[in-house]
Amino acid sequence: MASVVSRRSQRLREAVLGYLLILPALAVFGVFVFYPFARNFKLALYQTPPFPGLPSHYVGLHQVGQVLTSSNFLQSLLTTIFFVVLVVPAGLLLGLFLAVAAHRHLRGIAVYRIIFSSTVVSSVAVAALVFGTLMNPVVGFLPWLGINPHPPILENTTWALPAIAVMAVWQFLGLSFIIMSAGLSSLPEEVLEAARVDGASSWTTFWRVTVPLLSPTLFFGVVVATIYAFQTFGQIDILIGSQNAAYEHVNVLIYNVYTTLQINGDPGRAAVLSIALFLLTLTLTLVQMRFLERRVSYAS
Amino acid sequence: MAQIVFDQVTKRYGDVRAVDDLSLAVGDGELLVLLGPSGCGKTTALRMVAGLEVVDEGTVAIGDRVVNDVEPRDRDVAMVFQSYALYPHLTVAKNLEFPLRQRGVPKEERERRAVDVARTLGLEPFLGRKPGQLSGGQRQRVALGRAIVRSPKAFLMDEPLSNLDAALRVQTRADIVALQQRLGTTTIYVTHDQVEAMTMGHRIAVMDHGRLQQVAAPQELYDRPGNSFVAAFLGSPGMNLIGGRVAVEAEGGTAIRTAAGDVLLQGAQASVASHHEQPVVLGVRPEHLRISPGGALEGTVLLVELLGAETQVICELADHSRVVVRQQADQARPRLGEPVRIAVEPAAVHLFTEDGSRLEEKTAA
Ligand SMILES: Nc1ncnc2c1ncn2[C@@H]1O[C@H](COP(=O)(O)OP(=O)(O)O)[C@@H](O)[C@H]1O
Ligand SMILES: [Mg+2]
Repeated sequence: MASVVSRRSQRLREAVLGYLLILPALAVFGVFVFYPFARNFKLALYQTPPFPGLPSHYVGLHQVGQVLTSSNFLQSLLTTIFFVVLVVPAGLLLGLFLAVAAHRHLRGIAVYRIIFSSTVVSSVAVAALVFGTLMNPVVGFLPWLGINPHPPILENTTWALPAIAVMAVWQFLGLSFIIMSAGLSSLPEEVLEAARVDGASSWTTFWRVTVPLLSPTLFFGVVVATIYAFQTFGQIDILIGSQNAAYEHVNVLIYNVYTTLQINGDPGRAAVLSIALFLLTLTLTLVQMRFLERRVSYAS
Repeated sequence: MAQIVFDQVTKRYGDVRAVDDLSLAVGDGELLVLLGPSGCGKTTALRMVAGLEVVDEGTVAIGDRVVNDVEPRDRDVAMVFQSYALYPHLTVAKNLEFPLRQRGVPKEERERRAVDVARTLGLEPFLGRKPGQLSGGQRQRVALGRAIVRSPKAFLMDEPLSNLDAALRVQTRADIVALQQRLGTTTIYVTHDQVEAMTMGHRIAVMDHGRLQQVAAPQELYDRPGNSFVAAFLGSPGMNLIGGRVAVEAEGGTAIRTAAGDVLLQGAQASVASHHEQPVVLGVRPEHLRISPGGALEGTVLLVELLGAETQVICELADHSRVVVRQQADQARPRLGEPVRIAVEPAAVHLFTEDGSRLEEKTAA
């Protein structure tokens, strides 16, 4: 009897200690994540008054419908999708290409691996500075190559978004390379060897064996890249900004949240936009989890 | 169909010589078993034939062609991997068709041949399944089917039965032998299991530490092992090895003087008299030892193992070395700890030098 009681009290003590230990982390998350997250949903239900100083009033889902059907939102959504289309395939294919190139047992290959993954640790601000210089109409590298449209690239309604996409691809490349490399090294070596013995060329082996086996990684990559594209903010803000002639054409959802809140001073609409972005991301993640679950049978 | 020839082949991994100066010819249509303990270089040797490892020194030839610089896909050999290495995303049918497809065999013929092979191996009901939905034995047969479907010059099999349970292993062993015989395809079969080697191989090549120890037909290997490693590796358990010295007895006979007693030599073996006083290793198989009051060796019973038809008596000798005596189950069994004398069948004695090589008896003409 005594031992049962003491065991129970010991378990209780352990539980209390456990909760105490995670309390600081929980507090930080509560204040900076959970509370703002919940608060955001409330904000979406209140309309910001036309003049500052007046009280905001409750409008329920009215504002949500209004924002989601507005041309501003639809335009922004289209821009986001276009941006995703520019960034995701390019970022993943280049990452895969580099990963395949570096996935060899060659002397000194580690140096290349470090170089290829280095963009992971580059800061957005520094990268923006570098790319801004490359594209500068006066001292830039692209104009020097003869690529010098009018108005200049970063003010050009056609070229501004692709230019940002190029930079996003470059910055994503490191992560893409790491993901693809990890995927490649987890492939069963002997299956690839079997393909070689069975008469497949490197090309055929790659497309008929490597890529299908890599599909869970590729799909994971698509989700990560898409989320990365959704979150591309700094590059746009630093290189283009809301005062730019090309602003309307680079106003992806995340930037729209920012301009709606900070430039237009409309927390209600901004909240709706950010919830839309959240749901988009959530859906994507759920789809990916379902997909990966179905693929598990491969492993055995 | 073709012969496969290793000529002074060496493969290094850093300081390790995985395969060391291997010279070996596998005849056209032969089933040669590469046998040796784990890590002795069997897989490496096989992979060099497949083209999956670069040959550091020497040459590997398939048919009349040296293939050192030939791509795996151009060697026209088929490999069965220990892990089977099936294409997990393809159905059994597509797995079987894969090698044909790479050779540009038209679709209808591909399908026909895949079905033929599946029928031979009893895989027809599973053609639409993926490898993940098959049992180990079925996967093993798919791997085999993928190898035979394109009638290659040679089969390379790397411990293909090691992942099967005992009963299935025995059956599949026989199936592979029958299949190889019917197809007549040159085959190198790698295993660490000496029973597999004895039952399957036309010849067995024994390796240790990357070096070829002996190549011979199974029975010859068993009856006349070329060195003490082969002697101890073959047989279950292997040959007993007892250290001693050559001693020419006063009466004129020759004996091996061991810590446990003198073993008198007879016939051809006695010709080692010229090695008087030299250290040697005496080898004798368990079935050639007998517990008997007049036996030459003195020991203590350590363990008695009942195997049904037979009994293995493990005895410890004076120098703490152990010998195994095999006797029929109906013979009287000694008790544990009992001191016994062990008789050695003189004609069945093998002699090795201290470093393991066989002491060649001069044929007593
Ligand atoms: N890729 C490799 N890198 C380094 N050492 C290896 C490699 N492959 C095999 N070896 C070494 O070579 C020796 C022979 O290995 P292996 O041919 O696989 O032996 P077996 O198939 O007889 O068990 C072992 O010592 C093993 O550790
Ligand atoms: Mg092996």
